[in-house]
Amino acid sequence: MTTTTAPTTSVPPRSRRSVLGPGFGALLRSEVRLFLREPGNVFFALAFPTVLILGMGYLIPGLDETITDPGPLEGLRTIVVMIPPVLATAMAAPALTTLPAAMATYREQGVLKRLSTTPMRPQGVLVVQVIIGVVAFVVAAALALAVFAAAFDWVAPDEPLMVVLSVVLGAAAVFGVGLLIAAVAAKASTANAIGMLTYFPMLFFAGLWTPGPIMPDAVQTIGSYTPLGAASQGIEAAWFAGEVPARQLVVMVVYIAVLYPLAAKLFRWR
Amino acid sequence: MTRPTRPADPVIEISHLRKTYGEKVAVADVSLTVSRGEIFGILGPNGAGKTTTVETLAGLRQADGGTVRVLGADPQSHPEAIRDRLGIQLQESRLPAKIRAREALELYASFYRDPADPAELLAMLGLTDKAETAFKDLSGGQQQRLSIALALVGNPEIAVLDELTTGLDPQARRDTWALIERVRDSGVTILLVTHFMDEAERLADRLAIIDDGRVVAEGTPTELIAARDDRRTFRMRLPEHTPADAVAAVRDLPQVEAITPIGDEYEVTGGHRVLPDVVIALAHRDVVPDEIRTLTRSLEDVFVEVTGAPAESQEVPA
Repeated sequence: MTTTTAPTTSVPPRSRRSVLGPGFGALLRSEVRLFLREPGNVFFALAFPTVLILGMGYLIPGLDETITDPGPLEGLRTIVVMIPPVLATAMAAPALTTLPAAMATYREQGVLKRLSTTPMRPQGVLVVQVIIGVVAFVVAAALALAVFAAAFDWVAPDEPLMVVLSVVLGAAAVFGVGLLIAAVAAKASTANAIGMLTYFPMLFFAGLWTPGPIMPDAVQTIGSYTPLGAASQGIEAAWFAGEVPARQLVVMVVYIAVLYPLAAKLFRWR
Repeated sequence: MTRPTRPADPVIEISHLRKTYGEKVAVADVSLTVSRGEIFGILGPNGAGKTTTVETLAGLRQADGGTVRVLGADPQSHPEAIRDRLGIQLQESRLPAKIRAREALELYASFYRDPADPAELLAMLGLTDKAETAFKDLSGGQQQRLSIALALVGNPEIAVLDELTTGLDPQARRDTWALIERVRDSGVTILLVTHFMDEAERLADRLAIIDDGRVVAEGTPTELIAARDDRRTFRMRLPEHTPADAVAAVRDLPQVEAITPIGDEYEVTGGHRVLPDVVIALAHRDVVPDEIRTLTRSLEDVFVEVTGAPAESQEVPA
């Protein structure tokens, strides 16, 4: 039974067990459980990039052949051109589909409002969702690369640090897009619609359907100004050509610089 | 069992609260005081400003005027001061579809300094069987009880319950009422927001009727009903072949204001001595009514008088 023993006079200062308040660990565990209970999350956010790699490598004719055209890819299996777009897919699924839908659902159902009446802040849920999204991306990307290495010939990146930088900045930029959607969508259906409307064009510019070498120049140029296109091109240039993808890196930094403050300013906590 | 009828040890003090949304005035002028340990009802028609009032006192909204004190703190400037001590069950506030009842209670318990035992709360709310059931698979009544449990899981000094029985079947409503009384008896002050007359009359120790953003009546249910109870009404059925002059004689009595035939009965309205006077006058003419029923004034009558709104005593689709 609820018994009340608290004093009537003053409010004792809240104990600050962590920056995000008591219960943050429990909230993280709870949200991870809920994430894993959605089969769609588990498939699209975690397994989809791996399925893409395997499906393309084994089912699409020609991707198993060796590239004979002169250039940085000469002598490699054609399937390697899928590495950058597949990494981009691994970023985009949690950032553009899972994160905005989760936050908008919580806003629509009053979960954020209910939390704001408790000592836990609704900001805690956002932090938790970003952590889950980033971890999902890292796991999905690692899984896809491991399966690639096991199933096909592994190609070591020419400029590993530049690859990592492109991946980190690309993920940060595309999560910025997801956070902006999460900030303003009042309903889960709105968040899903906007998420899908950005997800598929971004995958197109990332080269999922027309990977690097076969992407028309005009599309490639436009793509280099989108967050995911810039990420994919940056990874490709650093991985196979050993180049520093300066323009793409700048584009991603600009997105980050614009999207995060904007999302923070627009975020609706109820 | 006696309940305080005058504010003592106030835990909520609202003074001249005002809140507007653009042109629309949600709360015009609301003042009320809630004492420790009572069930205080806020009653009013839909759109009267009830929910805005409680959301302001919970620190969810900024008032445009007036002052609010909750447990000695100002929830407008220091909402964090009350979050540990005030539990609130909000209208239309749901949970993630796949969270299980026990998980939700344990999660919310972890936010508070001195939480209640989730297992005990589940038992108290009759949800032990449903502890491992996902929120979306609970019935409306079970979801509502879980929501009440979440409002109580922090061991609050004040629990605010907004429209807690909307959408429940009659048995679930009665069970919920009994539960609220048990919670009050454990020492928790309860602020009950409702548009159901019977709920307020049954549960509230004191209540305020809010209409159009203003408090239009305040007191215990008994006081509110008695305050306007200067007239009495009863119905009687007279034997067949009662002489017409007997009815005429009743009409002429000083205590009788009106006598109206309704079906095979007469409805008589008058001063507080109207019933004995009529019975005696009839007895003088050797007429003994076959049946007499007094009509009790209810909170519903008071509500209709002060708000001019049609009262709802049964649940309606939202």
